[in-house]
Amino acid sequence: MEDALLLALQLLGATIRVATPLVLAAFAGMYCERAGVVDIGLEGKMLAGAFFSAAVASATLNPWLGLLAGIAAGVALAMVHGFACVTHNGNQVVSGMAINILVAGLAPTLAYAWFHQGGQTPLLPNQARIPAVQLPGVEALAGVPVLGPVYRELFDANNILIWVTLVLVIATHWVLYRSRFGLRLRAVGENPAAVDTAGLSVAKLRYQALLVTGVLTGMAGSYLSTGHGAGFVRDMTAGKGYLALAALIFGKWRPGPTLFACLLFAFTDAVQVRLQGVVLPGIGVIPVQFIQMLPYVLTVLLLAGFVGKAVAPKASGIPYVKER
Amino acid sequence: MLLSGSGKGQPGAVPGWVGYALLPVLNLVAAFVLSGLVILVIGENPVDVLSLLLSEALGYPEAIGYTLYYTTDFIFTGLAVAIAFHCGLFNIGGEGQAYLGGLGAGLVALALTGWPWPVVAVLAVLASALFGAAWAFIPAWLQAKRGSHIVITTIMFNFIAASIMTWLLVDVLIRPGSQSPETREFDPGVWLPSMDRALGWFGITIPASPLNLSFLWALACCLLFHVFLRRTRWGYELRTVGRNERAAVYAGISPSRNIIIAMLISGALAGFVGVNEILGVQHRVILNFTGGVGFVGIAVALMGRNHPVGIILAALLFGVLAQGGGQLSFEYPTINRELVMVIQGLVILFAGAMENLFKPQVEALFRRRGGAAADATTGGRG
Repeated sequence: MEDALLLALQLLGATIRVATPLVLAAFAGMYCERAGVVDIGLEGKMLAGAFFSAAVASATLNPWLGLLAGIAAGVALAMVHGFACVTHNGNQVVSGMAINILVAGLAPTLAYAWFHQGGQTPLLPNQARIPAVQLPGVEALAGVPVLGPVYRELFDANNILIWVTLVLVIATHWVLYRSRFGLRLRAVGENPAAVDTAGLSVAKLRYQALLVTGVLTGMAGSYLSTGHGAGFVRDMTAGKGYLALAALIFGKWRPGPTLFACLLFAFTDAVQVRLQGVVLPGIGVIPVQFIQMLPYVLTVLLLAGFVGKAVAPKASGIPYVKER
Repeated sequence: MLLSGSGKGQPGAVPGWVGYALLPVLNLVAAFVLSGLVILVIGENPVDVLSLLLSEALGYPEAIGYTLYYTTDFIFTGLAVAIAFHCGLFNIGGEGQAYLGGLGAGLVALALTGWPWPVVAVLAVLASALFGAAWAFIPAWLQAKRGSHIVITTIMFNFIAASIMTWLLVDVLIRPGSQSPETREFDPGVWLPSMDRALGWFGITIPASPLNLSFLWALACCLLFHVFLRRTRWGYELRTVGRNERAAVYAGISPSRNIIIAMLISGALAGFVGVNEILGVQHRVILNFTGGVGFVGIAVALMGRNHPVGIILAALLFGVLAQGGGQLSFEYPTINRELVMVIQGLVILFAGAMENLFKPQVEALFRRRGGAAADATTGGRG
């Protein structure tokens, strides 16, 4: 009983840790897609955030400067995306792919040139990593059944960025549905012509949305390399940006369901780590590759079965050209 | 957006070659200038690096062979992306489809030891088309019947393909007693002849390179692509769906049927990468032989304006980058292979996503010159 509880709690704890970058990236995508800009480049922005965070944290031994650098990298790429798609009405999927390919090449190239460690940054010492929050009273509660382990496994020693993400999730819900900015954001994604007629700048709103996207993806990358991990390694995002996009679609571009989708993907990931090499009764050992592809297969199944026709914001992916 | 500049004599009208040649070249120059900045940042001389890249790709016959070998892959994936584009679909799954196509070609080559190579080649082409098409079919069906977002499903299928292929090569197809995850080498009799060997039969000698007969198949595919799209009813229906799905429905054309057809052809074309790589060069099924060709195909199709001739030219450009860029790391210890991806990414960004970047300026330039010319012909007011 105690063991089962502990296992479940450990799985949930791992889920939260794995979900954090997914949630950040998916919510990043939510802002720009709600404003009518599709962003396949979440992956690239995260990777850039991860690299520049780790690079700066490693050089300055200051995780906060690293975080800032990661955010700056995310924002810079988001602005490139905006320049291509909003200012020049370029193809949004192509721009996103270009950013992904560019960063997949740029990060190891710069890492190789700057650190000479085969495309990685040096291992970050603890002082250069974004710290975890130690909660009070863990010892005191340790003896209490259920509550003690829950408190310890789920709430204590979480990275600061996990708590920040929690706040951002709640804030996003408020911003989207309760604030003037959110109302306009949703309007510009559904009917930019109406927003334009109302005298608001479509381009400005879309750039503002992309700014938030850049900040959040930068944070997601920073979490990967300086919060959860201790340094940048090649391809460390490993498709998380795409998975976040899938979560966003599965969540129908709404905060609550999107959060749920991220947690679900993260949970399958946490389970797959546990399942590796375990002998299942009647089946035997499942090859590790099949377990690893679980989140992807799940995504396809969910898109095919549960979501059905995913109804995106109407103007999503379509450049807005003012009538002349 | 295509309309501006087409009306002759209108203000802002520009000659056709501006759109087809001048703007792409300007975008390319911009991409290379930025690549040069990246090269500066890592501490090398951009002019030296880029000129070495060009000479390693085009400077001598052997290099040209290598460049054309890469070009072959990019023609296949470029056509694959383009046919889906014509139907209004974004096939990002070329990577996975090419990977599975290689499996198809490889299984044929493994099974038919001792058969004459022309038979094996034909069957391998069919098998790679079948495997590639099958891998594209599922996302196509999901898009057509269930409305699943094809961009996401094809991306997921890339990941799933990678997992399945790793499993097959590690656990199933691996050469007995081997440590590295790859199949046994095919019997040399079934290899697709390299171009130097094939030309040798006609008494023509060229230096040995991985360039093989599949290059000719790629050119043939360009022709078939054009005939299918422009000269057949199916091609017409497919393009109609791509242009206006609702109009297609009123014309009695089924969008879902055409979505599936377009993706099947797309997957088959991407699958042919397997013939070039597996049957023509590697002679065994290996891990990750695709190395991003599916993604480059997107850029090739865009730059080539989804037209076969454009695709051949764009594929050549990316072939130059792949070959020349790959050679750089031998000359410059500070440069690794990933620099090619930086240049590729920038080329895609400028030539694909920011294709209209210089358009206003160029149009303004022509307007001014056009205005001056008009003044000259009327001879002023005198």
